[in-house]
Amino acid sequence: MSKIKVVHYINQFFAQIGGEEKADYPAELRVGEIVGPGQALTQQFGEEAEIVATIVCGDSYFNENLDKAKADILEMVKSQNPDIFIAGPAFNAGRYGVACGTICDAVQEELGIPAVTGMYVENPGADMFKNKVYTVSTKNSAAGMRDAVKKLAPLALKIAKGEKIGASCEEGYMPNGVRVNFFEKERGSKRAVKMLLKKLADKPFETEYPMPSFDRVDPQPAIKDLSKATIALCTSGGIVPKGNPDHIESSNASHYGEYDITGVMDLTEETYETAHGGYDPVYANEDADRVLPVDVMREFEKEGVIGKLHNKFYTTVGNGTAVASAKAFAEEYAQKLIADGVDAVIMTST
Amino acid sequence: MKLEVGHIFINDIQFASESKIENGVLYVDEEAVKAIVLEDEKIKGVKFDIAKPGESVRITPVKDVIEPRVKVEGRGGVFPGVIAKVDTVGSGKTYALKGMAVVTAGKIVGFQEGIIDMSGPGAEYTPFSKLNNLVVVCEPVDGIKQHEYEKAVRLAGFRVAVYLGELARELTPDETKTYETYGIMEGKEKFPNLPRVAYVQMLQSQGLLHDTYVYGVDAKRTLSTIMNPTEVMDGAIVSGNCVSACDKNPTYVHENNPVVHDLFEEHGKTINFVCQILTNENVYLADKMRSSDWTAKMCRLLDLDAVIVSQEGFGNPDTDLIMNCKKIEAEGVKTVIITDEYAGRDGKSQSLADADPAADAVVTGGNANQVIVLPKMDKVIGTEEFVTIIAGGNEHSHREDGTIEVEIQAITGATNETGFGYLSAR
Amino acid sequence: MVKAIEAAGLPVVHMCTVTPISMTVGANRIVPTIAIPHPLGNPALEKDEEYALRKGLVEKALKALTTEVDGQTIFDN
Repeated sequence: MSKIKVVHYINQFFAQIGGEEKADYPAELRVGEIVGPGQALTQQFGEEAEIVATIVCGDSYFNENLDKAKADILEMVKSQNPDIFIAGPAFNAGRYGVACGTICDAVQEELGIPAVTGMYVENPGADMFKNKVYTVSTKNSAAGMRDAVKKLAPLALKIAKGEKIGASCEEGYMPNGVRVNFFEKERGSKRAVKMLLKKLADKPFETEYPMPSFDRVDPQPAIKDLSKATIALCTSGGIVPKGNPDHIESSNASHYGEYDITGVMDLTEETYETAHGGYDPVYANEDADRVLPVDVMREFEKEGVIGKLHNKFYTTVGNGTAVASAKAFAEEYAQKLIADGVDAVIMTST
Repeated sequence: MKLEVGHIFINDIQFASESKIENGVLYVDEEAVKAIVLEDEKIKGVKFDIAKPGESVRITPVKDVIEPRVKVEGRGGVFPGVIAKVDTVGSGKTYALKGMAVVTAGKIVGFQEGIIDMSGPGAEYTPFSKLNNLVVVCEPVDGIKQHEYEKAVRLAGFRVAVYLGELARELTPDETKTYETYGIMEGKEKFPNLPRVAYVQMLQSQGLLHDTYVYGVDAKRTLSTIMNPTEVMDGAIVSGNCVSACDKNPTYVHENNPVVHDLFEEHGKTINFVCQILTNENVYLADKMRSSDWTAKMCRLLDLDAVIVSQEGFGNPDTDLIMNCKKIEAEGVKTVIITDEYAGRDGKSQSLADADPAADAVVTGGNANQVIVLPKMDKVIGTEEFVTIIAGGNEHSHREDGTIEVEIQAITGATNETGFGYLSAR
Repeated sequence: MVKAIEAAGLPVVHMCTVTPISMTVGANRIVPTIAIPHPLGNPALEKDEEYALRKGLVEKALKALTTEVDGQTIFDN
């Protein structure tokens, strides 16, 4: 088997051209050369991979001539057609880190070549790109080169070979918003007890799931005249026509349902049921109005309290359904609702 | 309260003309256990099967997993309020048949039943693939209501387990472990300098297939309460729930609660394990508020320094978990919580339905949405008919080559939230 | 989901039992309901009582839709 081809990107400092005074050094392709940290990477690769070219670029040059530098470097990478692109490690060098992240992202997006980089967690490049590019967590200075390369090289090989990438803590990359399962050496209860002992002793401990922060959306203005408004009913309670014709899954549903209720005055045990697997279904199956109040809305429609009940309802199973898919479903049907002239939505959840 | 648990290792199960345990082999008289199951007129028929580790066998849809035990000394009997009469258990001496379980299976009740593979990739995700399993496949009478069917199968499993446990009554255990906790004052005197720690166990209590019973009481009709941690070892808590198979607590997990056992490991050394606090996960918001208030209040009353909180199930119980955590932390009691995640098949989604900065110490049982392909097995105990509708399955779960594609939430015990397993996520 | 609908430009009222989750996920108009398996009903009641209960809850939801809010609001009376 031929060796995996690597193109390596470093800055002027690690190419031993100079420090800050040489930071305006333009991008340069050195075919067949292994420069600076490339030596350590090559050692780690063993027989599996080789650096076929090194690209050197000054940090100021890259950031001040972003478009040109990016375009030039992409051309250079393309000319070498590597299996993987490695940038850095950048440690705590801010502009270098941003350059590594930027160029890795561009190589992946525009050339379709996988890329990997490494830097210190507080490097601004980390926050900007860790969710897009595998970024190995390194120490804050070049003294951590050995340690960085030990993580960077094997991860690069795995990515180049298209192997399954393990969890961040196994592979040494920074958490990138993708949760990956793996088997721990100790069972969960043991890990909990150990974490508790540390917390009790005011020692540092590492949570296995950092709490997220939720974003907010500004409220839309209120409906001015309800008697002229078209209101749509939507639910995450999984109400579907009897028999679940679209096979919406009882948990982590892959699609939503859109059902016409023209002329339907009341949801009955014979006509509707729930596909939701997360709660006792007996009550909803007996009378689905308990989840989706079609009967009441019809009365309000008749009385003229509301202008109209929209003739379609949208339904999903909230049970174990990924927030991202729920969001995507709602984004899609919200457009349909707007196109159909709906003014407001009542969303019910179980 | 002090309990000695004697372990009797079972290396093999065989059908025989007489039920007995000899040299680590459990011999089961099929006719005798059949009669025990059929005592309930709601069960029309029953089949027994044996599944051993490493075999090309799939058990599905799995309802409960139970470890047979017998009370040989002290008050009460196994599964008090359910099988044995109501009496406080958790002291004296109990024998447990280790290395085996009774697994109840059969026609589906709801969406939440699971899969146990005895070999292959699926086996790595379920702790029950390592056991010799006596599988009870029940056939309900026609026209039975879901609630009644669930109850009939649940009780049948316990009756069989108690019958098998009785076989060990006169035996000598292979090893014995002793567990002891103390009264509030007594414990304080004994371990004046050790931090006071309790285990807060949240019990699934959301209705059909989401219920749990404590001394026979439906947990949704309870206020948060306290127990000696040894009581669960005598079956004080039993499962009536299937939630999603991955994160429900089968009765086996209650009997062998890993948080209880791992806290006992530290008891008297680094901590004083004071007690177990039970609370529920109900469907009314007022209940959620009241139960979590109560839990926090008890943590304060007991002058605790720290607790471990374990969840059961997911979705709205994430709120109970966060409420408990937030309110207990607000009382100045440190918490570690154990949960699992529903981060989507790609792992990119929000893992929990609720969140709070107070929850800064989290142990996770992994992402239940991870997809796994289970190979075709030589033998299926129960039926694969329902894998398309159980939680974690979908209409494409049956693949043309005979394999099954499901999320690991369909695998019994895969992401258990008492920390029973080794799976985690980052 | 409510957030995605609101972001698309439609006012939305979220009727749910577990209002803390609704608050956490960022719904702006929230009407608390009865119980998870039957948010808009109560099987313990007679049919007509149950209908009246549901009607009252939907009325609240409609009122929420016609009320200007400044950030997350629970309509619980």
